[in-house]
Amino acid sequence: MHWLVRPENIRKLWIGFIAILVLTVIAEFFVEAHPHFGIDALPAFNAWYGFIGCVILVFGSKLLGMWLKRPDDYYDEQ
Amino acid sequence: MMLHPGLLLIAGGILLAFVRGSARSALAVVLPALALFMVWQVGDGIFGRVGFLDYELEFVRGDRLARVFATIFTLMALVGGVFALKQESRIEVPAAFVYAGSAVGAVFAGDLITLFLFWELMAVGSTLVIWAGGASARAASMRYLMVHLFGGVVLMAGITGHVADGGSLSFEAMQADSIAHWLILIGFLINAGAPPFSAWLPDAYPEASWSGTVFLSAFTTKTAVYVLLRGFPGTEILIPIGLYMVFYGIVYAILENDMRRILAYSIINQVGFMVTGIGIGTEMALNGAAAHAFAHIIYKALLLMSAGAVLYRTGKRKCTDLGGLFQSMPLTTICGTIGALAISAFPLTSGFTTKSMISQSAANEHMMIVWLLLAAASAGVFLHAGIKFPWFVFFQKDSGMRPKDPPASMGWAMVVFSAFCIGLGCYPDPLYAILPYAVDYQPYTGAHVVSQLQLLLFSGLAFFLLLNYLQRTLTITLDLDWFYRVLGPGIALGLAEGVASGLAAFGRGAVGAFGSIRTAIFRHYGPSGVLARTWLSGQMVLWVAILLLMYLVLFYVPD
Repeated sequence: MHWLVRPENIRKLWIGFIAILVLTVIAEFFVEAHPHFGIDALPAFNAWYGFIGCVILVFGSKLLGMWLKRPDDYYDEQ
Repeated sequence: MMLHPGLLLIAGGILLAFVRGSARSALAVVLPALALFMVWQVGDGIFGRVGFLDYELEFVRGDRLARVFATIFTLMALVGGVFALKQESRIEVPAAFVYAGSAVGAVFAGDLITLFLFWELMAVGSTLVIWAGGASARAASMRYLMVHLFGGVVLMAGITGHVADGGSLSFEAMQADSIAHWLILIGFLINAGAPPFSAWLPDAYPEASWSGTVFLSAFTTKTAVYVLLRGFPGTEILIPIGLYMVFYGIVYAILENDMRRILAYSIINQVGFMVTGIGIGTEMALNGAAAHAFAHIIYKALLLMSAGAVLYRTGKRKCTDLGGLFQSMPLTTICGTIGALAISAFPLTSGFTTKSMISQSAANEHMMIVWLLLAAASAGVFLHAGIKFPWFVFFQKDSGMRPKDPPASMGWAMVVFSAFCIGLGCYPDPLYAILPYAVDYQPYTGAHVVSQLQLLLFSGLAFFLLLNYLQRTLTITLDLDWFYRVLGPGIALGLAEGVASGLAAFGRGAVGAFGSIRTAIFRHYGPSGVLARTWLSGQMVLWVAILLLMYLVLFYVPD
């Protein structure tokens, strides 16, 4: 089994990933910010905005998919 | 004597169709390299004035904007030519060179008629590239051609109207202020993949061969970006159109299962960023759109090369059939991942130094909604292309397949474009130096790097937390092309049936009506009809005698 797909290593990868996430939020305090609007001056704006944006995109897509999804041989049948 | 780089590629491409063996391979590399060199021999100004009917065509107009697009087009033809050295179709690469050459011709065109000629030649070249993809691609190539011929008709109508209104034939910036100009704008937007004509792209491009899609991703939509940049900078309607394309691409790519269709949707998403930038219209936004087009052609080609390598080795294109390939295709995995990071605008990649100019210009213009939507879209790009593509193709569950990395020619093409993605990300100055306007932009500020990392990495977190909702299914997602693939033919078929049965009923009625007339005529004039039957001579004499008698009576009575 490749080292990358062993469960214990996947656990380590998650820990490393979360550590990096925390670091990017902390790093915000050490750079000079120049927000253009009020909203982007909020703490960790890009972190939660990106996360929430993706959640909305995924569930919005799922919702649209319920209506528009067809079996992938749909056009062959037509 | 100046050699037109576009015509060189077109003529060379046609020649290439008749050459075989190592001469063909050599030509496939030398031709675009020479064309790239020739692009930089075109100085500023107008060359090759040609009289045509009553008009004077400006066959070549050199300036900074044309040169940056012609540079990336010829570079793309060069590296794409290397990637396609193993392509066995004898039509595809020659067609791709004709296609690339006409794209170069279109960006150097100084007037609208020359532009239109190359525009149509592009449609022919690209259709042949799709057509060369094999029997399964034929129907898609015809649908593709229909859309582009329609777009060409709209564009021609616009150009004709523009000239009839007294406009100059020279291709300069214009306003969307008359029907003619709107038609020109619509003709351009159809090629950009704008709504309601977006579906032609994910319908047709992924049907081409493993190398054909790489060429297709580069020229048509980016020539459209070029003509919008030159023709309609600062046209505000382009902002909502661009934003629609951005989110359309993300949503459809999230729902898609075919790896190359995911990347095709993401072309529309990326072109949406450029169209938005053109709509914003400041020098920085226009620079951003041009720079993004340049970087985009490279990383999108790289992504499609890695997908092409997988297709070449496995023959499979659905995410549900793929996975775990990183174990036996390390080079393809690394190059595909570099392309994925670049399209997501990760720091140190070309997306970071180019795309960010567009959102920065929105911020500078105090367009908060546009800026917020572009930021959400950047997160969405990472979601649908940045992680989804490499994850489902190279990682996720193990498909059990252990294909090798592709042959050296394909590997080298991927390595060269990977180097460009990182090179332009770390040192963007050579690209900034050839942009249409002077660049006053510093991509690497602490705040920009940190905020971009937050945005992307938390999008990554969302991806892995929502993985169960993103599992691929054996489905496609209906698009507006349903109207011309199902509803239109359905109506046509229904109409045809209606007309056919109407004709039949009419025929029956007509036969009935004619029949009764015929019977009546037959009764009176038929062989036994009163007025046509043969009478005996004696009877005739009797009747003549009676008539004479009546005549005599009438003659004497009045006296």
